[in-house]
Amino acid sequence: MTKMIATRDAYGDTLKELGELNKDIVVLDADLSGSTKTSVFAKAYPERFFNVGIAEQNLIGTAAGLATAGKIPFASSFAMFATGRAFEIIRNSVCYPKLNVKVAATHAGLTVGEDGATHQALEDISLMRSLPNMIVLSPADAIETRECILKAVEHNGPVYIRLGRAKVPVIFDENYKFEIGKGVELRQGIDVTIIATGVMVEKAILASEKLAEEGISARVINMASIKPIDEEIIVKAAKETKGIVTVEEHSIIGGLGTAVAEVVAEKHPTKVLRIGTMDTFGESGDGFELLEKYGLSVNNIIKKAKELI
Amino acid sequence: MDLQEIAKKIRVDIIKMLERSQSGHPGGSLSAVEILTALYFKEMKIDPNNPKWEDRDRFVLSKGHGTPVLYGTLANKGFFPKEELDNFRKIDSILQGHPDMKGIPGVDMTTGSLGQGLAAANGMALAGKLDNKDYRVYAIIGDGESQEGLIWEAAMFAAHYKLDNITVFLDYNGLQIDGKNKDIMNIDPIDEKFKAFGWHVLTIDGHSFDEILSSIEDAKNTKGKPTMIIANTIKGKGISFMENQVGWHGKAPSAEEAKIALEELGGGLND
Repeated sequence: MTKMIATRDAYGDTLKELGELNKDIVVLDADLSGSTKTSVFAKAYPERFFNVGIAEQNLIGTAAGLATAGKIPFASSFAMFATGRAFEIIRNSVCYPKLNVKVAATHAGLTVGEDGATHQALEDISLMRSLPNMIVLSPADAIETRECILKAVEHNGPVYIRLGRAKVPVIFDENYKFEIGKGVELRQGIDVTIIATGVMVEKAILASEKLAEEGISARVINMASIKPIDEEIIVKAAKETKGIVTVEEHSIIGGLGTAVAEVVAEKHPTKVLRIGTMDTFGESGDGFELLEKYGLSVNNIIKKAKELI
Repeated sequence: MDLQEIAKKIRVDIIKMLERSQSGHPGGSLSAVEILTALYFKEMKIDPNNPKWEDRDRFVLSKGHGTPVLYGTLANKGFFPKEELDNFRKIDSILQGHPDMKGIPGVDMTTGSLGQGLAAANGMALAGKLDNKDYRVYAIIGDGESQEGLIWEAAMFAAHYKLDNITVFLDYNGLQIDGKNKDIMNIDPIDEKFKAFGWHVLTIDGHSFDEILSSIEDAKNTKGKPTMIIANTIKGKGISFMENQVGWHGKAPSAEEAKIALEELGGGLND
């Protein structure tokens, strides 16, 4: 049985682990520490944890000031508020001066579930990707989340890490190493390529397995590093397979699909079919049922992959 | 050199800078000259030869459009050559239109988008507490800037975390781009508001060195609370035709106007 762990839980545990090793790490939260799991760090290192209350602009602004003095602040809230409410602070006080702030936001995408559209960030990758100096990471499971956090600390500069609420299967083993700017081929394939990120990676793998049963060889690429994006692995897929399906728990505008389409349009034009929310808001409901309803499903990946053959 | 003389030199530099770039904000720069002069030439623990010195006092110009007074002060203090002021707001210059900490020696925080500097200053003060350092953090916010929500988020934070190592001046010149604060969006009673938010609040004449310096001493002796110094100032201070004129918020003087301004300050364009 596959282990199920939410990426936010892996985030909390990794923060605690790093807190012991690196005394410069400080953590800020905006009254959601129980949900973002920064509470795990707060319990272990209360003197380095700061709750700013429900004030996301101040969350980021304070983190920027801490970074000027050599601290490595992790600022957490839900993706909606961290990237939406505080967007301009991230732009002008963090990215423009290239300060060493890590925005680690949880509850991204439809799998927020019952809280509904106001809490389901489907634009955060798009917003963060548009900012100069920003690194955008979207891990697929607990192991990759830990890796992303470690690499974010090694990188001197702003990083956005997109995390989820729901428990998701662990797909990588303990030896997995993540690198900023690199995608990972999870399944070989010669007919089509499926490039997925976050929660959708597992569904991409399942789709490729079902396609194989029908004699279709689908390559699966996990793209946790959305910016910088691995142009080489995309161009290679564009050259070697008949087309690319992108899959993300995010709007088709501005996210992974857009990033991949930008690369192929300039480097090696091929057809790219984007799966994501179709320029629409989400709604309340069970998170995984919502994924099905909005077309973020194994069946839809299979359908799109077949369209390319 | 006495502080009055330094302030005059900085005012001369502000006028020259704006005349040469034909761009920038004179009114709110001139209103803050005495505050920056007192901080940089009397109070702050800084080293122009080591601008990133870890133990230095920090300064954040939250009202970032006041760049000319900051750049003029930093140049006079020796953080960069005065000739650099000729390139203010020009292409390829380090002296960006609003303070840019990446390129300008002595700028501790990038600002310009109003409301953000106070939060950053709090972060610096918090880091000082964490590291048991005794450096102090100074900031200037604008009166119009106090209409930003983030100022109040940050105000709440500084009091909650008892940041007594931060001292903020509110440059209360009473004017903002569209007119008087009182007409656009009244901020009064601003002292009562900060008091209610848990700050130690002082009100001074922002052009009096004695009052500025004694208020800083008062702030340093205040434990457990951040200090807000409401500095009553005159927008455009020192240039007769700019004083209290809202039109001089973001307008550069012509060559002729600059000549008159410099004569009033007792110098010429090419001095």
